[in-house]
Amino acid sequence: MLIKKASDIRSSEITDRKLYFDRRAFLRTATGAVAAGAGILAGADKLAAAGVPAPHGRKLDSVKPSKLSVDVEREKPNTWDQITTYNNYYEFGTDKEAPSMLASRLKTEPWTVVVEGECNKKGTYTFDDILKGMTLEDRIYRHRCVEAWSMIIPWVGFSLSDFIKRCEPTSKAKFMEFYTLYDSSQMPGVRMPVLRWPYIEGLRMDEAMHPLTILAVGLYGEVMPKQDGAPIRIVVPWKYGFKSAKSIVRIRFVEKQPVNSWQDQAANEYGFYSNVNPTVDHPRWSQATERRIGEFLKRRTLMFNGYADQVQGMYAGLDLKKNY
Amino acid sequence: MSSASFVKLVWKPLVFASGLGPLAWLVWAALTGHLSPNPLSDLTNETGTWTLRFLCITLAVTPLRRLTGWSWTIKFRRMLGLFAFFYGTLHFLTYAIFDRFAGLDFTDGFVTWGTARGFAMSVAEDIYKRPFITIGFTAFTLMVPLAVTSTAGMKRRLGGKKWQWLHRLIYVCAVLGVVHYWWLVKADVSRPQIYALVVGLLLAFRVYWSRVRAVAPARPPVRATVRS
Repeated sequence: MLIKKASDIRSSEITDRKLYFDRRAFLRTATGAVAAGAGILAGADKLAAAGVPAPHGRKLDSVKPSKLSVDVEREKPNTWDQITTYNNYYEFGTDKEAPSMLASRLKTEPWTVVVEGECNKKGTYTFDDILKGMTLEDRIYRHRCVEAWSMIIPWVGFSLSDFIKRCEPTSKAKFMEFYTLYDSSQMPGVRMPVLRWPYIEGLRMDEAMHPLTILAVGLYGEVMPKQDGAPIRIVVPWKYGFKSAKSIVRIRFVEKQPVNSWQDQAANEYGFYSNVNPTVDHPRWSQATERRIGEFLKRRTLMFNGYADQVQGMYAGLDLKKNY
Repeated sequence: MSSASFVKLVWKPLVFASGLGPLAWLVWAALTGHLSPNPLSDLTNETGTWTLRFLCITLAVTPLRRLTGWSWTIKFRRMLGLFAFFYGTLHFLTYAIFDRFAGLDFTDGFVTWGTARGFAMSVAEDIYKRPFITIGFTAFTLMVPLAVTSTAGMKRRLGGKKWQWLHRLIYVCAVLGVVHYWWLVKADVSRPQIYALVVGLLLAFRVYWSRVRAVAPARPPVRATVRS
């Protein structure tokens, strides 16, 4: 029979007296901490999930085709479901499917846009005012996200320049600012200080006047789904997606170059220009290739997202590495 | 049935099946369209998250055992750790295939030496160039010796002390895993913060426990100590 030696306990293994008497309290605290940890993990984390496609909206009348659209024989538009369930719209949460599940709370009627700053026709424009006299066009554009995925999106809209002319900007107007709606009662995501709200984007005057730049009000011939920036947003197809501000409520003509929200958030990663450029990497990932949603093999990213012929003239002499 | 064979024949298979649950769910969701329109990215992200979750669960075994006295929990630690390695391997493979392989040019066809070389170069270059990939790959690499020495035979060969020291590498893996996650998100670090908190708590428990045992006096004084 084996008899254990009595003094086999090293001093380091002996529990402090105070702790010994407090052991129950300690157990309770520590067990609570472990349970809390597990609870935090389970509650605040989540599984990847498919979103909810937008319901189909009202059909838009007399929409004309546009020569500025991509060749759909070569680049097939993404589906309604893809375009309405995979969205970066942080006002409704930072998960891609969150806007598709929460944007139904957005009230898009009535809608007004305030025009202010260096222009003669300042004021509050209703949604119908803005559309008055505009010819809607199908603009099927490449959409390249800064996160290195892309889609082909059949927007419906009109050239922003047509609206700008109506506002009569003065000679002091060198840039434009676009403000997204900021309303915590409709947008649960703004309670998170991920970005400084409201969301602001900006363009140089010549960029804003470029025929490719549009005010978009629809998708696939129907009114704009809420998760895609209803009722009115800008689309600037040669720039990373975040430049195309959604659900616009304020437009300002300004003299100084604006600080857009993502530049404000991380100036070393996101610049004012943010032109699609495969030769200038994001500090943390490559911009040389992209995954077209729905494809397995990645595509080479094209300079200015494939719109180089139309837009590169605006950037002649500009160092695109410095002005990312 | 004895309690030992009950663990072996009932509980272990149950825990094993649960560990495969996330993979089964992912495969099912991918095949039936229950992932987002970018399923390749979801698969990469989810396998990464499950690696971190299993690392946390594995690291929770010892604190749980100490706090509750449930000594049987130790019987599941190896399996849980191996699941962390399993999901880590899947995570690395999904990244290598969906991100690196799918980004190759395939100038001279799919199944060629050029493809193999290009693939290897592309992975190596990315690991070298991108800090968050470097960190993630380091964490994964450090899990390999732990998986290799997880068997009872290897434990015996190394000796308990050495084995234990080696397996403390899991602390490094967990910390690097959280850093990897933190560095890859664009702006919303709320989830990486949660993992940092959980891993922090689990490691703090170990520091606390070892300090408590180290600073204990030689014997609790029963009577007044003898003055010298």
